[in-house]
Amino acid sequence: MAWVWFHRFGSPPYFYRVARRLTPWLGWPALILGVAGLIGGLGLAPPDYQQGDGFRIIYVHAPAAWLSLMIYVVMATSAAVGLIWRMNVAHAVAASCAPIGASFTALALATGMLYGRPMWGTYWQWDPRITSELLLLFLYLGYMALRAAFDDVARADRASAVLAIVGVVDVPIIHYSVIWWNSLHQAPTVMKFGRPSMPASMLVPLLLMLAGFSLYFGALLLTRARGEVLRRERNAHWISAALEES
Amino acid sequence: MNEPRVGFIAAAACLMARDLRLALRRAGDSLLPVGFFIVVTTLYPLALDPNLSSLRDIAPAALWVGALLSSLLALDLLFRDDAQDGALEQLALCGQSFAGLLVAKTAVHWLLTGLPLVLVGPLIAIALGAPYAAMAGILAALLLGTVALSLIGAVGAGLTLSLRRNGPLLALLVLPLAVPVLIFGARATALAVQGEPIAAPLYLLAAIAVLFATLSPWALAAAVRIGLE
Repeated sequence: MAWVWFHRFGSPPYFYRVARRLTPWLGWPALILGVAGLIGGLGLAPPDYQQGDGFRIIYVHAPAAWLSLMIYVVMATSAAVGLIWRMNVAHAVAASCAPIGASFTALALATGMLYGRPMWGTYWQWDPRITSELLLLFLYLGYMALRAAFDDVARADRASAVLAIVGVVDVPIIHYSVIWWNSLHQAPTVMKFGRPSMPASMLVPLLLMLAGFSLYFGALLLTRARGEVLRRERNAHWISAALEES
Repeated sequence: MNEPRVGFIAAAACLMARDLRLALRRAGDSLLPVGFFIVVTTLYPLALDPNLSSLRDIAPAALWVGALLSSLLALDLLFRDDAQDGALEQLALCGQSFAGLLVAKTAVHWLLTGLPLVLVGPLIAIALGAPYAAMAGILAALLLGTVALSLIGAVGAGLTLSLRRNGPLLALLVLPLAVPVLIFGARATALAVQGEPIAAPLYLLAAIAVLFATLSPWALAAAVRIGLE
């Protein structure tokens, strides 16, 4: 059966073991790529002819912003898997995504503000991307608050899964409505990110950081999900055997 | 699950008639949200300067923030009583489409709390300095906007059904999801006040209302079932 591998992940002991084995394979490359990206981005890349060294914050900002959206999709996908196949492990993964996603969203906002101060002369501007990032943070916080409000984990799982799925449909609408709202109100702010004319010496470190951040997220997610599985299965027999292995 | 003896339309009509009757017997409850809406929008001239020409600029914002908060406040009426006395469980067990019945309940809820906003909104806008010519546009925008708000709010009310003291949580869940309605509704209203064509934001508002109408029955049924366990 082609789907056996998929259903095998529904078994907490199997997931726990695979996750533990996989974590270093994501964590160490993440560290190497991150260090390489930082050296390339902070040291080797030339300063921007307009923004000087200030642009270098994109090496943290852009990967964080990219991950903040990607993690929401990962969270909603695993929540949907948990809801459809009643897979407890998938719910554990979704629950582990939320704090990581909220942290990356907050990081993207904070670095964006630090970038905005020298570039635009203000920490905060109602720029469409900043605003939709802020709303994304609210969505993460709502998801976490809803989970925390339930005493029963199984109900928290399903209620938050419904919220995550509704949210993932609404996120693009929120994003584009914010963009249109702003473009109708004022001249669009020129953002330097995503400019295709970036020279390779600037672009390569950015891609390295992007890959490093994504792998880092993977390692972090697996670690958190392992903790979440342990917490949920604390009365199961396989726990003591699995913990002795490590 | 029993085979239902009546068709869905008859069951939904029966449910809607019951909900309307119950609400009319306690008409005060249903009127509270629109009263809240009027009071909140009245606060703006008091907090700002009561000059009509400067109020005109903030009229769309006052109208839509008021509508958003008022619809949030009204959500408490939607499922709470029926969840407490077990009527929702009967609906879930009666063999009819649960999602359909919940949409019927939401439709009644909109009639009781959304429609008054639609009717009062243009008058408030005029009190805040909007020209009479803007009334039709504001009415249309509020009509579409309150439908969308009721639908997305009902999902939030379902999700928080079994939680005590859910007010602030409900706000945190629903308000970010309702941002597109706020943006396009306020945009349409602002254009109407300025006497410009409002078709573009109105179409987007209609698209959002249709999307929520397609998505929310499923989410609503799933959310309420979780709340009933």
